[in-house]
Amino acid sequence: MEKKSLTAVLKKNAMLIVLVLVYLFFLILTGGSIFSPSSFTELINQNAYVYILGAGMLMCMLTGGNIDLSCGAFVCLLGALGGVFMIVQGMSTGLSILLLLLIGVFYGVVLGALIAYVHIPPWIATLAGYLAFRGLGTSILSSNSKTGSLAPFPVSFQNLFYGRVFPTEKGVFNWPCFLFGVLAALLVCLVIFTTRNSRLRKGYEADSLKSAAIKSVLVSAVIILVMTKLAMDGGIPTTLLWVAGILLIYSFITSKTTIGRHFYVVGGNMEAARLSGVNTRRIMFLAYLNMAVLTSIATFTVIARSQSAYADVGKNFEMDAISACVVGGVSASGGAGTVLGMVIGATLIGVINLGMSLISLDANYQRVVKGFVLLAAVVFDIVSQKKNK
Amino acid sequence: MANILLEMKNITKTFPGVKALDTVNLQVEEGEIHALVGENGAGKSTLMNVLSGIYPHGTYEGDIIYNGQVCRFSNIKDSEKLGIVIIHQELALVPEMTIGENMYLGNEVGHKFAINWNKTYAEADKYLKMVGLEESSKTLVKTIGTGKQQLVEIAKALAKKAKLLILDEPTSSLNEEDSRALLDLMLSFKKQGMTMIIITHKLNEVAYVADKITVIRDGTTIETIDNHGKEPVSEERIIKGMVGREITNRFPKREGVKIGEVEMEISHWTVHHPLYPERKVVDDVSMYVRKGEVVGIYGLMGAGRTELAMSIFGQSYGVNFSGELKLDGKNVKMKKSEADAIRHKIAYVTEDRKGNGLVLSQSIKVNTSLANLGAISSHTVIDGDREYAVAEEYRNKLKIKTPSVEQLVGNLSGGNQQKVLLAKWMFAEPDVLLLDEPTRGIDVGAKYEIYCIINDLAAAGKCVILISSELPEVLGMSDRIYIMNEAKIVGEMKAEEATQEKIMTAILRSGRGA
Repeated sequence: MEKKSLTAVLKKNAMLIVLVLVYLFFLILTGGSIFSPSSFTELINQNAYVYILGAGMLMCMLTGGNIDLSCGAFVCLLGALGGVFMIVQGMSTGLSILLLLLIGVFYGVVLGALIAYVHIPPWIATLAGYLAFRGLGTSILSSNSKTGSLAPFPVSFQNLFYGRVFPTEKGVFNWPCFLFGVLAALLVCLVIFTTRNSRLRKGYEADSLKSAAIKSVLVSAVIILVMTKLAMDGGIPTTLLWVAGILLIYSFITSKTTIGRHFYVVGGNMEAARLSGVNTRRIMFLAYLNMAVLTSIATFTVIARSQSAYADVGKNFEMDAISACVVGGVSASGGAGTVLGMVIGATLIGVINLGMSLISLDANYQRVVKGFVLLAAVVFDIVSQKKNK
Repeated sequence: MANILLEMKNITKTFPGVKALDTVNLQVEEGEIHALVGENGAGKSTLMNVLSGIYPHGTYEGDIIYNGQVCRFSNIKDSEKLGIVIIHQELALVPEMTIGENMYLGNEVGHKFAINWNKTYAEADKYLKMVGLEESSKTLVKTIGTGKQQLVEIAKALAKKAKLLILDEPTSSLNEEDSRALLDLMLSFKKQGMTMIIITHKLNEVAYVADKITVIRDGTTIETIDNHGKEPVSEERIIKGMVGREITNRFPKREGVKIGEVEMEISHWTVHHPLYPERKVVDDVSMYVRKGEVVGIYGLMGAGRTELAMSIFGQSYGVNFSGELKLDGKNVKMKKSEADAIRHKIAYVTEDRKGNGLVLSQSIKVNTSLANLGAISSHTVIDGDREYAVAEEYRNKLKIKTPSVEQLVGNLSGGNQQKVLLAKWMFAEPDVLLLDEPTRGIDVGAKYEIYCIINDLAAAGKCVILISSELPEVLGMSDRIYIMNEAKIVGEMKAEEATQEKIMTAILRSGRGA
């Protein structure tokens, strides 16, 4: 019985195990440098856009395996516009952010309306943006700059999306960051145990005390480890706040709200959802509106990190977001998938990228390795799920 | 005594945790029609899957002896080579292909690298003639109705040189006319020496065609009944074997239900086809239903029953609506919105539970709460515990057989799925329930339970509109019956006065086939 439940747990978390194994693999290969404080910061900053776009892509995919091909090119266009606003025009950071968000909303409304109310297949509707936006962005950049890129963004903008909270010098232990980690870990434990208690009180199925304890210990350990590492590297990156905030919100929306539920049932059976009174068109509309807004926020983290807007910014971002979802177990036909799964998928891709650049593998081989590792990960996941049945 | 064509001896098949078949024995004589009956989940389909090699040799215990030889099939091709062909309940035709292409799919005529289309279509036409289907084999499958598609499946089986034909619920999606034609076709095949096994829930069909009837219950063979007596085997006799007890009355009595005021009334209700707006799918229909009343709507397939029900439910089907809808005596201008219909306390329980009723990839819990999420959430945040409690409540109330309400609906049997669908709409707390074929494709025991639920609903003062193409069901369950044909109501009668003859006469007199 005990053994059976253990294998069940392992199978349920197959992708998490793959992540740990891949991490350990790179730990050996890089001689421990992937475990260094700066690697942790790097992992978060480098992949912030994958997490943010992944959350948006998740919502689109839930509605029936629909994707947004345009988000990478839209990042390029928004980056170029951001450069024009902040660098060329010298607008304030706040106003520029607001304008870029509004442009995101505008594109989202148009795209959402085309898909939900004019019934253009999402693939086609977003292909237009994929083709047009990068061209538009590049031409904006080249007409405003001889080099074809705009830099640098104002310090206030960079601090907001690529700074540190309570920064300290390198080598000085950042106590606020560590304490924040401890607090977060305690909060997680509290949530695990209060939900368990309330379920038990009402007589529902709940985790056993042992598994709740193990879960709490593991999650807290990971949180405290990450925050300790970050504390050794200058403090909490502001990127982490943005990413964590967005992931928590979307995790809540998908698992606890009626609107989140509607996304799942629309993807599970559109007709059944409609006949149950779900406004299916509105859900499709919201999926793409939401995606465009999240793309704007992802753009901020990306251009703040690169400190410049350039023609290639955002290249293949749509593929990164889609792979994060698919690797994270989001169904390609819709109706199934979680934010947590997507996060694991995105982290796996991030670890592979980081590990390979740490051992300075040739960029072409990096792609080859990435392709095969992702395929292997998904094969492993699907095969283990099958055995589970 | 004819010789035994097929013998399945002591077949035992276990799935992880369940014994699906437990020493089942089946003997089929050459040239007979052998019916296999049993409740859903009794193991009929599993047995046929063992026979046809879908569950290959080695995954089950026992022997299959066909034509005197022990067979060890490792896949479906092996069994088809010997002439054992199975036609599944869910038609397996590709809609975008022609009849001929479908018939020879995976069995193509010609060379290895080039299909001989002329021969394909010539052969296909020959078999189509044998099954009496007057269509060219070059017709696209999607353009013909389900009745004809079923015939294509049979022609396809014949093209595989079938000696033993297995039909799994062949008439479940056919109307009475087509069903009868199919059964007669089976009888004519029998005369030509074909052996057939038919799996069905419709006991009148069993009595009509079968030579022998084998009853399976809970994975074991209960008995084999001979149907060669002077009188055909009575349905009660078969049911007794299937459920292990005698159901004295197939339709539970409704007692002491007070029928009250008129709750819903429609007048001059007209709806047009969404794709061909000049065609009326519901034509000037006026009807009403009282509180606590069960009103049956009977009609042949395509009479417009589903269209009528769906158009009442927030105009979810059709275009160019006209007519009046009164609820509780007041005129209601309903928007074209299902959510609006639910707010007005109308529920439509679809005939197609898999297609547009349930989200199969989600749990019982999620499906139960779907139409009334507002009731278990505050400020759009779902109260997970309350949702669980509601699902549990309906699981107990409707006797949904499942280990947990977290179980995916796709894993449930048809009868239990139907109960989940009912649970969803009961939780939406409607005053008017439009039940469209609520017992389609579910077994006798589950049917009885559904009838009891209908009675409980009526007793609670709800209005129930029961749409069905099974005449006995309409007669047995309704207080009042509307008869629909060609988009119009062609008759109305009280249940006490109604008989099968009267209803069929009303339909015939209205024009069709007269």
